[in-house]
Amino acid sequence: MIIAVASGKGGTGKTTVATSMALSLQDMSSEVTFIDCDVEEPNGHIFLCPQITGSDNIYIEVPEIDRQKCTRCGKCADLCAFNALLATSDEVIVFPEFCHGCGGCRYFCPVEAVTMMPKKIGTVEKGLAGRVKFARGRLEVGAALSPPVVDAVKKHSTDQGIIILDAPPGTSCPVIHSVRGSDFCLLVAEPTSFGLNDLDLAVQMVRSLGVPCGVLINRARERSCLIEKYCREHELNVLMKIPLSKDIAGAYSRGIPLGAVDGKWNKAFRRIYRDIRELVANEGNNRYQR
Amino acid sequence: MRIAISAAGAGPDAPAEERFGRCAWFVIFDEHGNVQESIANTARSSAEGAGVKSTQLLLRNNIDVVLTGRVGPKAMHAMLNGGVVVYTGVAATVNETLEKYLNGQMKPLAVPNARQHAGDTRSERLAT
Ligand code: SF4
Ligand code: SF4
Repeated sequence: MIIAVASGKGGTGKTTVATSMALSLQDMSSEVTFIDCDVEEPNGHIFLCPQITGSDNIYIEVPEIDRQKCTRCGKCADLCAFNALLATSDEVIVFPEFCHGCGGCRYFCPVEAVTMMPKKIGTVEKGLAGRVKFARGRLEVGAALSPPVVDAVKKHSTDQGIIILDAPPGTSCPVIHSVRGSDFCLLVAEPTSFGLNDLDLAVQMVRSLGVPCGVLINRARERSCLIEKYCREHELNVLMKIPLSKDIAGAYSRGIPLGAVDGKWNKAFRRIYRDIRELVANEGNNRYQR
Repeated sequence: MRIAISAAGAGPDAPAEERFGRCAWFVIFDEHGNVQESIANTARSSAEGAGVKSTQLLLRNNIDVVLTGRVGPKAMHAMLNGGVVVYTGVAATVNETLEKYLNGQMKPLAVPNARQHAGDTRSERLAT
């Protein structure tokens, strides 16, 4: 069972939820894996304090232009869909930050002036936090292309047990790469009008991927009705509410998982997991009947 | 010599445009101030690298000088390497901008004066 934890924007407490959930489920399954897909700003480790046991580098191939062979015909710059090449009158300049490593420029260069060279764009580390298996991707500073790093870290998900994916915030490419293929997506939302707008975008994104989703309201207060109303209108389940409280806010800022603040949260996360399992099963049945 | 001015429309009476990579048109003059043509900026819709692609368009059209407003780091790098000289401080219209340039009232630019994607209108880029 793969559960992605996502939110329409940063700062909703998504990572706190994802890590607390992973820790709470340790006793429910023989295997729990936490995967940090927020490769631009991974911070699941702050809550989980894992022992890192290994790491791999992630590369893409970017072009290198042989100035002797290049005739400056400009074909490569024309066809590059990502504007990673600029053909000037005396050379072709590569902007590796834009390059997606598709190899099109090499393929179409009429004089074979292009060779592809590996460029490190990130690392994937794995480790252990108590009994929770841990993996995180980290984008190299200055690298702009996160989806390949997300895909690489996701390879650490197995068919075994429960996998919690901490998706990056937002609704862009790396988020889609994170959520795609999950059995369920838990959306963490804040009860503000901005929060509602971000939630709406996230719901549309997740539904377009065909992944069933539900909502967790964080920092819940009086205005939570805003989110709840939206959820009713869009046939979404509000699976849990975490109140706005001093204790919890303090825990967030110090990187303490919720279960360590109060044991009742462990129970709450186990309950939410059971609810999700049921929702996923129902979804499967519905699909079968359709 | 060919001078390009980033603009919101075609022709010398169009409003000048602050954003380099995302402008709709480049209006082209010779050094005597005669308008030569208007080129639609086909690069403006690029998801990434609009500044680089816009520079490529200028190079294709043998532009020596561009008068614009904000230039990001990648576009600046591209123009320095491509040999396009950049001046900033566009006026309200294309014509007024040209006049300002011919009077020596525009500032040459050697380092970027905007962050990357500053010309994008998608809010996603602005929120971090
Ligand atoms: S296609 Fe090949 S020859 Fe033409 S500009 Fe690119 S690298 Fe040079
Ligand atoms: S590999 Fe693809 S993305 Fe990279 S420069 Fe070549 S054509 Fe562009």
